[in-house]
Amino acid sequence: MSTLSFRNVWVEYGNQVVLERVNLEITSGTFLSIVGPSGAGKSTFLRLILGQERPSQGAVLLDGEPFPAEPGPDRGIVFQRYSVFPHLTVLGNVLLGYELAARPFTARLFGTARRQAVEKSRALIDAVGLGAHCDKYPSALSGGMQQRLAIAQALAKQPRVLLLDEPFGALDPGTRAQMHALIKPLWREHKMTIVMVTHDIKEAFGLATRLIALDRPRKDPQAPERFGARITYDLDLTRESPVPVLGFIRASAQAAQ
Amino acid sequence: MPRAMNVVPNRGSRLLLAFLPFLLIALIYVVGSAQRRADNPDDKLLPPVSEMVATSKRLATEPDRRSGDYVLWSDTAASLQRLALGLGISAVIGLVLGLAIGLLPIAGAGFGTLVAVLSMIPPMAVLPVLFIVFGLGELSKVVLIIIGVTPTLVRDLSLEVQNMPREQLIKAQTLGASTWQVAIRVVLPQIMPRLIQGLRLMIGPAFLFLISAEAIASDVGLGYRIFLVRRYLSMDVILPYVVWITLLAYIFDYALIWFGQRAFPWAYAGASR
Repeated sequence: MSTLSFRNVWVEYGNQVVLERVNLEITSGTFLSIVGPSGAGKSTFLRLILGQERPSQGAVLLDGEPFPAEPGPDRGIVFQRYSVFPHLTVLGNVLLGYELAARPFTARLFGTARRQAVEKSRALIDAVGLGAHCDKYPSALSGGMQQRLAIAQALAKQPRVLLLDEPFGALDPGTRAQMHALIKPLWREHKMTIVMVTHDIKEAFGLATRLIALDRPRKDPQAPERFGARITYDLDLTRESPVPVLGFIRASAQAAQ
Repeated sequence: MPRAMNVVPNRGSRLLLAFLPFLLIALIYVVGSAQRRADNPDDKLLPPVSEMVATSKRLATEPDRRSGDYVLWSDTAASLQRLALGLGISAVIGLVLGLAIGLLPIAGAGFGTLVAVLSMIPPMAVLPVLFIVFGLGELSKVVLIIIGVTPTLVRDLSLEVQNMPREQLIKAQTLGASTWQVAIRVVLPQIMPRLIQGLRLMIGPAFLFLISAEAIASDVGLGYRIFLVRRYLSMDVILPYVVWITLLAYIFDYALIWFGQRAFPWAYAGASR
């Protein structure tokens, strides 16, 4: 079990307060969606978990321990764009994770070790449905396929937390639906915690087991940067729990029984 | 009638259009040469093509009476060796420094400004210093090329590294990559196409520095020969040498494109040329 804890976290840039007084416990295996208007600190929130940014006050803890202030292999990420390496083929992109771990100096595998890593990579590539495109470069893939590749690449490290930064924002609705159908089983299978930032409310409710909304509850028109965003809604979306917003889902579940 | 900007020539007329200016220049030269020859049979300024061919043939196929060398080939070999050494060493320094400055904030803070200032030194101004320090041999000529070419390559490559999407560097770290691994597996392969481009653009300046150094102090080389025979107004040697140098530079340029496309196919995907 790994728990992500935010303890009274503030993020400030000079006078500008981005996040204030954020307290949150994310238990292992949660699929957490973060929604909120632009500029409400969603990406900052993600960067805190990634280690790309440090809180000005408070602490972000993984299993009660503060983690190093730089990205590491226990926290994978899929960005909206630029997540895959353009100079490597689909197979090379996934293989890279294994090569980096096995060979600190050359970061390349040969012979038996390489064959085993290739086998594992191919399994992951097949799992995201790119089996037929192993030898293509990312520039030859569509946006949806590139995001599939980015997910396979992140899964290779078996991260405890997978961060998704508007991963499907640039995709057309059809492709987006396919990606939703892909990510949910992967999440169950790999038993990871997923934290997803999204602008798509439907996606946020449809995929997640928990949803938080970030917003600035206090506004000073003279100094809009004076007050930061907080967690304004924290909803449990699992079927067992009563969620007022999604009462109809519960009702339909009861009707099915 | 379509707009002029939308008129695209087909393959045949494209070739013809490319060839036409060359033909025109050749024609003007031949006419001019014949005109001057008619006015003055001893004219040396625009020797007829037949004379230049004869001289080139002599330089390429007959050993020099004094040294026994085939002048054209020994000049070419000496110059190309200097050029290759200069460009090769510049490329290596450019890659290492450019990568370090672009990727490591500490190196950027330490060397960035230095390189920016050094790149403003006119290389020809320090040529005397090079002759004094490194002597009149091969070394000073190679060093001149390096001094002239490297700062530009370093700055270009470090900018290219800094322009890489941050997302990629972060993604690599979440895959467990160390700084060294990011450098050799993520950044280095991605700046190689840019290096090829940089070298293509630097062929011209490299030849400029090479010929300047050879003109001032040398005993063999393409630039040396041109400036040697200048004293006798031997346009029949100078003009073929200029054509030969231009041809060599053009071949290098083409070879670099060819190599880049073969070695880094991903970088040229989607590009028409």
